[in-house]
Amino acid sequence: MSIVLAILGAVGQGMLWGVMALGVYITFRILNFADMTCDGSFALGGCVSVILIATFHMNPFLSLIFAVGAGMLAGLITGLLHTRLKIPAILSGILTMIGLYSINIRILGKKSNVSLLKSNTLVTLIKDNMPGFITDSMKDSTLSSTVVLGFGLLVVILLIVVLYWFFGTEAGSALRATGNNEDMIRALGQNTDRMKILGLVIGNGLVALSGAFVAQSQGYADVDMGQGTIVIGLASIVIGEAVLFGKRKSFYKKLAAIIVGSLIYRIVIAIVLQLGLETNDLKLLTALIVATALAIPGIKKQGRRAR
Amino acid sequence: MLVIKELCKSFNVGTVNEKQVLNHVNLELLEGDFVTIIGGNGAGKSTLLNMIAGVHLSDSGMITLEGKDITLLPEHARAKFLGRVFQDPMKGTAANMEIEENLALAYRRGKRRGLRWGITPEEKEIYREALQTLELGLEDRMTSKVGLLSGGQRQAITLLMATMLKPKLLLLDEHTAALDPKTAAKVLDLTRQIVQKDHLTAMMVTHNMKDAIQIGNRLIMMHNGQIIYDVRGEEKAGLKVADLLEKFEQASGGQFANDRMMLA
Repeated sequence: MSIVLAILGAVGQGMLWGVMALGVYITFRILNFADMTCDGSFALGGCVSVILIATFHMNPFLSLIFAVGAGMLAGLITGLLHTRLKIPAILSGILTMIGLYSINIRILGKKSNVSLLKSNTLVTLIKDNMPGFITDSMKDSTLSSTVVLGFGLLVVILLIVVLYWFFGTEAGSALRATGNNEDMIRALGQNTDRMKILGLVIGNGLVALSGAFVAQSQGYADVDMGQGTIVIGLASIVIGEAVLFGKRKSFYKKLAAIIVGSLIYRIVIAIVLQLGLETNDLKLLTALIVATALAIPGIKKQGRRAR
Repeated sequence: MLVIKELCKSFNVGTVNEKQVLNHVNLELLEGDFVTIIGGNGAGKSTLLNMIAGVHLSDSGMITLEGKDITLLPEHARAKFLGRVFQDPMKGTAANMEIEENLALAYRRGKRRGLRWGITPEEKEIYREALQTLELGLEDRMTSKVGLLSGGQRQAITLLMATMLKPKLLLLDEHTAALDPKTAAKVLDLTRQIVQKDHLTAMMVTHNMKDAIQIGNRLIMMHNGQIIYDVRGEEKAGLKVADLLEKFEQASGGQFANDRMMLA
C-alpha cells in the first residue's frame, strides 16, 4: 500500500515539477539556449512565494503572481547579460544563478529556509474548501497528495493550452525561428536579441512558478531547493521525447510528453527510494540518466565508426 | 536608389591579421539595375553585400537607400527594405519548421510580430501559388519540415522568401555556388524570372564569369577592396570571359586570379 501512496505523491509532484520542465524546454529546446538561471529562479520562486505567505500573510494563490514576476526578472537579467554585454549563454545563466543564491537568502530574511507550518498554502486552502464527504473519506496525507495531483493537472493543462497558442502566434513563431536559425530570422527583420530575452523571461517565469508550487506543497522554501533544477528539467524532457519514440508529433503532444516525462521521472525515483536507494544518490542517478539520453543521438550518428 | 560613398571596412584592427576589406568604395545603383559582382577571394564582394545588409557596420563612409541614410541602422531594421539569399542553403531557411511556416515568417519581413496567428488560411493559398511557380512540386508538401529538402529546394524557397514581399534591393551572395551545376542553373533561371517579373533592383555576387556576363544589365569587378571595373548595357553584354580574365590580370599585376576564376 505504501508504494501506491508513494506513486500517488510522485505523480502529483511530477505535475508541479513538470511546469519547470516546460520552462526548461522553452529555453533549452525551442530557444536552443542552455540556461543555467533556472537553478536560481526555481528557488527564487519558492522563496518569494513562501515569504509573502509566511511573513506578509498574502493569499497563497496571489503570491504565485509575484513568484512568476521574480522569475521573469531573473530571466531578463540573464538575457541582458547575454545580448547587451555579449557574455556567453551558459556563463550568463551561471552568473544570474550565483547572484540569486545571495538574493534568495536575503528574501528569506537571512535564513537558509523558512517554513509554512502555521500558514495557509494553496493545498490547505483547497482542502478547506472541499465538501466534507470527500475530506472525511481519506487520510489527510492521501488527501493532500490528491489535491496536489488535481491542482497540478489543471495547471499543466492550462499551461499547455496557453503555450500551444503562443507558439502559434507571429511572436511565438519568431521565437521558434530564433532558436532554429538566428541569421535567417534576423534577415527577415526580427530583432533576435529581443526574442532571446522574451524566451528567457517566459522560461524562467514558468520555472519560478514551479518553484512556488513545490515550496507550497512541501510546506517550506529552502535556498538549496533549486540545486540541479536544469538537470531534472532535462531528464523530464529526454524521457518525454523517448516516450514519443522519435515520431513526428504535433506541438501540444510534445508539451504533454514533457509532463509525462516529469511524471515518469518522479515515479522512478519514488520506486528506487522504496527499494532502498539513498536520497543522496539521486542526483548522481539523474545525471547518469540525462547523460545517457543526451549521448544516444550522437552515438547513433557515428554509426559504423562507433563500433 | 542605392548610394554608397567612400565606404571603408577593416577586420582584425590592431592585430597582425589586420586587413582592409573595403577601401573607399563608391557605388550608385539605379532603379531596376541588376548588377553582377565578380572578383577573387578576399576582394570584398561578400563584405560589400554584408555592409549593405548591416551584418557588419562600416568604419567610415555612408550608405543611403532611396535617400534614407541606413549607414548605422541595425541589421534587423534594414531587413524591411532588403531581400537576401546566402551562399549556404542551410542559412536562409529554418530547418525544424515547416515550409509554410518559413514562408509565413518571410511574409512578415520587417513587420511587427505580435499575437496574431503566425499563419492564416488565406496566406496558405498565396504560398501554394508561389510554390507552384518554382515547379518543384513543393506546393504539395507545404507542411513538410524544410530540413527534409535538398539544398537546391531550400535555396529556391529562400529566393521565394526574399522576394515574396517586394524588396527595394535583392542581395544574392553566391547563392548558387554550393549547388550542383544543374540545380544551380535552375535556381539562377528562377532568379532571372523573379527579378524580371517584379522589376527588382538586385546585386549578385558570383564566381562564374559566364553567368556574370549573361545575367543582369551591369557588371562590377572588385579587387583588394575596390571597384576596379564597372560596365553596363551593351558594352557589358558584349563582354567575353577572356576580356574579364585580362582585366583581372591587369588588376592583380600579372599573377593569375585564383583557380575558381580559371575554371569558370
